[in-house]
Amino acid sequence: MEPLPEPAGAPLAVTPAEPPAETPAETPAETPAETPADTPAETAAPAAIACRDVSFDYGSIRALADVSFTVQPGEFATLVGANGAGKSTLYALLSGLFAPGAGQVSVAGIDLRRHPTRALARLGIVFQRSTLDGDLSVRRNLRYFADLQGIPSDVARVRIDDALRRHAIADVADRRADRLSGGQRRRVELARSLLHDPTVLLMDEATAGLDGPSRRDFVAHVRSLVDALGVSVLWATHLADEVRPSDVTHLLDRGRLLAAGPLAELLERHGANDIESLTTMLRADPAGGARRS
Amino acid sequence: MTTHVADAPRRDRRAPFRALRGIVVREALRFVHQRGRFFSALVRPLVWLFIFAAGFRSVLGVSIIEPYSTYIRYEEYIAPGLVGMILLFNGMQSSLSMVYDRESGSMRVLLTSPMPRAWLLVCKLVAGVSVALLQVYVFLAIAWFWDVRPPLAGYVTALPALLLAGLMLGALGLALSSFIRQLENFAGVMNFVIFPMFFASSALYPLWKIEESSEWLYVLCTINPFTHAVELVRFAMYASLSLSAAAVTALFTAVFLGIALYGYDPSRGATAARARR
Repeated sequence: MEPLPEPAGAPLAVTPAEPPAETPAETPAETPAETPADTPAETAAPAAIACRDVSFDYGSIRALADVSFTVQPGEFATLVGANGAGKSTLYALLSGLFAPGAGQVSVAGIDLRRHPTRALARLGIVFQRSTLDGDLSVRRNLRYFADLQGIPSDVARVRIDDALRRHAIADVADRRADRLSGGQRRRVELARSLLHDPTVLLMDEATAGLDGPSRRDFVAHVRSLVDALGVSVLWATHLADEVRPSDVTHLLDRGRLLAAGPLAELLERHGANDIESLTTMLRADPAGGARRS
Repeated sequence: MTTHVADAPRRDRRAPFRALRGIVVREALRFVHQRGRFFSALVRPLVWLFIFAAGFRSVLGVSIIEPYSTYIRYEEYIAPGLVGMILLFNGMQSSLSMVYDRESGSMRVLLTSPMPRAWLLVCKLVAGVSVALLQVYVFLAIAWFWDVRPPLAGYVTALPALLLAGLMLGALGLALSSFIRQLENFAGVMNFVIFPMFFASSALYPLWKIEESSEWLYVLCTINPFTHAVELVRFAMYASLSLSAAAVTALFTAVFLGIALYGYDPSRGATAARARR
């Protein structure tokens, strides 16, 4: 059976994360079950997320075809595609909800299929639809998640108080989750996803349902946290204005990865004005998409 | 310095029990918030006890059968069956909440937590049974005033039997929930599972009575796992142990749990099939 995860013994601090190469769980001495293929070289940190030739079918419909990409440690990467491009399917595979028909997914160098609990311990996830328990308070929702992560009570209390302050939701801590505004719910879900101090944060259309100001505020908030915590983020969106020119962008279309790289570079290389025209261009000529290794 | 949860140098063996606590507390809070569920869970067997049993007392005479040492009133006979009814409905209610959680998305939080999926499902089962046990003892307390009075020791010896029976029926619900795609489909399945299981069992009438009426129905009742769960509880309430009932109940618990684990496996079973539809 898969080894159980190792909960933290110390509260989360608002300081940049340690380089992943220093993490004991990734050294062979601590994890005899880990094969050399899963374990990075001592000098090189493993990719925060590595997807290799991942395919997935819904019956006879191919949802993802040979998708390969990586997200580097501390990187804010975006996964951009129109509705139906395969983003949510890809997120279901990255979070272990579905198993890929072919290919491999690893998180911080850990194969998700072979060591799911250890890989999931490194993932924080904000789903497209709210997954808060509506009839529980914000604090109780966070506590439930901390328990699921196996975090000790005393540590959980400190982290929850810290998260409530950091995400500016302390004033609604005792309010039922179904009485929160859309923006507040997203902040609670973000706070929850970071409670166990993950290496990678998956955000699947996390601004869905938010109005313009709330959306901008939320995106800025996440970006500020990335800088503070050093966590890697894979941000899925179909909204071009959520992507900065410097963001490493993975362009997904009809289940295929068309291109990957900093958005500004991609646009310049293909002479496109925006993401939509870039997609149209690359859809017609898929070989023109530059894959980022 | 930041300490990553996943990077702590030791394995915390208490982590799974924290997950168990979290799931049990959540289920209990949900139960407390849904007071209607508590009352409806209680009213159902009480109606059977107060009205049905009173009406059928004279029609359905019960001779001396194990574990009873003397003639008993019909109310006393059906009490273990009604306890089984509470466990059966609660098992289905728990799985209904699994289907609801899956539709509402909150199931994702559970399934993406870093615990073995089998353990998470067992935690859900235990949480559901804990809530059911509370209902059972409240029911038995009310039934005491209706002269359903097993020996005091029976209230204690019934506990492990209730736990096992509850686990079996919860596992059945869990297995069903893994194969049910939508909430709307659940009501139909409940009708096809709950009522046949309840009526084709020894909950309301002894098996010898059924055998007198219909041989095939008798055979059906003897292979119905609910019959064995009820008999297990019946014997335990009178401080006795029915080994055969315990063995069959344990066997079906393992079978149903195995089906549920298969169904919730993302690479096999119903979860994979659902993803591929």
